[in-house]
Amino acid sequence: MPAISPEQVAHLAALARLDLSEDHLGRLAAELEIIIASVATVSQVATEDIAPTSHPLPLTNVFRLDVVGGSLTVEQALMAAPAVESDRFRVPRILDEES
Amino acid sequence: MTDLTRMTAARLADVVAGGQASAVEVTQAHLDRITAVDHDVHAFLHVDTDGALAAAAAVDTARARDGRSGLGPLAGVPLALKDVLAMEGVPTTCGSRILEGWLPAYDATVTRRLKDAGVVILGKTNMDEFAMGSSTEHSAFGPTHNPWDLSRIPGGSGGGSAAAVAAFEAPLAIGTDTGGSIRQPAAVTGTVGIKPTYGGVSRYGLVALASSLDQAGPCARNVLDAALLHAVIAGHDPLDSTSIDRPVPAVVEAARHGDVRGMRVGVVRELTGDGYQPGVQQRFDEAVVLLQELGAQVVEVSCPHFPYALAAYYLILPSECSSNLAKFDGMRFGLRVGDDGTRSVEEVMGRTRASGFGEEAIRRIMLGTYALSAGYYDAFYGSAQKVRTLVTGDFAAAFEQVDVLVSPTAPTTAFKLGEKLDDPLAMYLNDVATIPANLAGTPGLSLPVGLAPEDGLPVGLQVMAPVLADDRLYRVGAALEAALLDRWGAPILDGAPTL
Repeated sequence: MPAISPEQVAHLAALARLDLSEDHLGRLAAELEIIIASVATVSQVATEDIAPTSHPLPLTNVFRLDVVGGSLTVEQALMAAPAVESDRFRVPRILDEES
Repeated sequence: MTDLTRMTAARLADVVAGGQASAVEVTQAHLDRITAVDHDVHAFLHVDTDGALAAAAAVDTARARDGRSGLGPLAGVPLALKDVLAMEGVPTTCGSRILEGWLPAYDATVTRRLKDAGVVILGKTNMDEFAMGSSTEHSAFGPTHNPWDLSRIPGGSGGGSAAAVAAFEAPLAIGTDTGGSIRQPAAVTGTVGIKPTYGGVSRYGLVALASSLDQAGPCARNVLDAALLHAVIAGHDPLDSTSIDRPVPAVVEAARHGDVRGMRVGVVRELTGDGYQPGVQQRFDEAVVLLQELGAQVVEVSCPHFPYALAAYYLILPSECSSNLAKFDGMRFGLRVGDDGTRSVEEVMGRTRASGFGEEAIRRIMLGTYALSAGYYDAFYGSAQKVRTLVTGDFAAAFEQVDVLVSPTAPTTAFKLGEKLDDPLAMYLNDVATIPANLAGTPGLSLPVGLAPEDGLPVGLQVMAPVLADDRLYRVGAALEAALLDRWGAPILDGAPTL
């Protein structure tokens, strides 16, 4: 199994939206390497002829009746929001200024 | 009247229904107990004093109006709810800073069913952050302490629920079990815990850790109380698309008629021996002999892929949780950090998540992100899903030969707080015997079977049954419990130190 480079760990953190310190990334690189080496044992028995299981129940397409039910009011939905403006969630800018 | 907090849930329901004590008196006794001992135990993150007393008063009013016939089998009985289940207007943190201060606008189905049954919810119990851990040490709000020895862990992730029950702060609690988080805490606190069949109890309003593994279930001090609670919370829910649309197994009936005569019991070879503390193994072996004496046919069964279950679990769980926890980004609820008007949404998300999540949550999110990455997906997540097929196949083959499987619930008794905190792999090993049932979706129960001779701490025996045969857990559990009670002369928790 490949060793995990500090660059790779930093990339994973960016993908996971975790703004971690260099220190923390270094610690994680060491820990992940040990954990991944340990869990890699799954490949010993996972041969090609075995079908994967993603879920314990063999369920497909579970439908409910198409009827109007209860739902949250706007006030309830926004109750826990960190920032609100005009009955909407207010979020930081999502586009760069120059774009 | 004897101390209300020492009574079983079944007895308390009877006392309330019969009018020997009001539900308010029963609730107040438990609130007083919490006040007296919880600064040492720290089972609760939030005590809902006013809500609990109001719910109890409603039960008393209903009884005054309609008599005992209108009351459900657990009406007026107090309960501790794991802080991973939404409860309207009551703080629900999942043991995480990122949800601190969140007040859900709705009830989880489990919460709703408890309220409808007249069960009195005392408050929310401590847990490892988002249910990741085996010790509650990963709670952002400090660990829970084991009532048997306050310097030791109560198990996890549902250590708060198990400790509340063991410390007589509540006769009942709800836990959730993704890899053993009901059963392992039960084992190390001398209590009873059941993970129902996956899909048996609705996950609506249960904050997801790993959606294909999570299952809520009962914690209690005896098998019958657990069954009564199981019956209240189980059953089909249209709000959870993975909820099973089938009748709930007859768990109460089974718990009232414990009997193993003629039953075929399989001891799982791969879940004994090496790696199990000698005193745990000894008490387990004695319990197996007792099952034989009670009329069970005991055989050894091999589940050859169980040794790979732990590795598969620590790929599947992080993968699912890295996806499930993506919703905690500081945009719609909970914490938001660094929104100073200049930073982009991505920068704010990164800062929010890095400061809101604890060490273990970050570790597992990173591990899951890795396992799902292009180039590694097949080798890790894909292989783990194949192992899941193999483990499910082991169960199927075993249940051709036997009616139930047994093993020790956890490899050791309660360890010291801090002992395994810096060694994730050592911590993960606590779940080695409980994880197979989560991978396969099968039900499991942990029952106390004595104290380990070397440390005087509780040992749990695990019973596992086929999908939707949850009643077998209770039939075996009740039979063994009755025989052990005969032998001991008193319930195991009577031997716990006074808090």
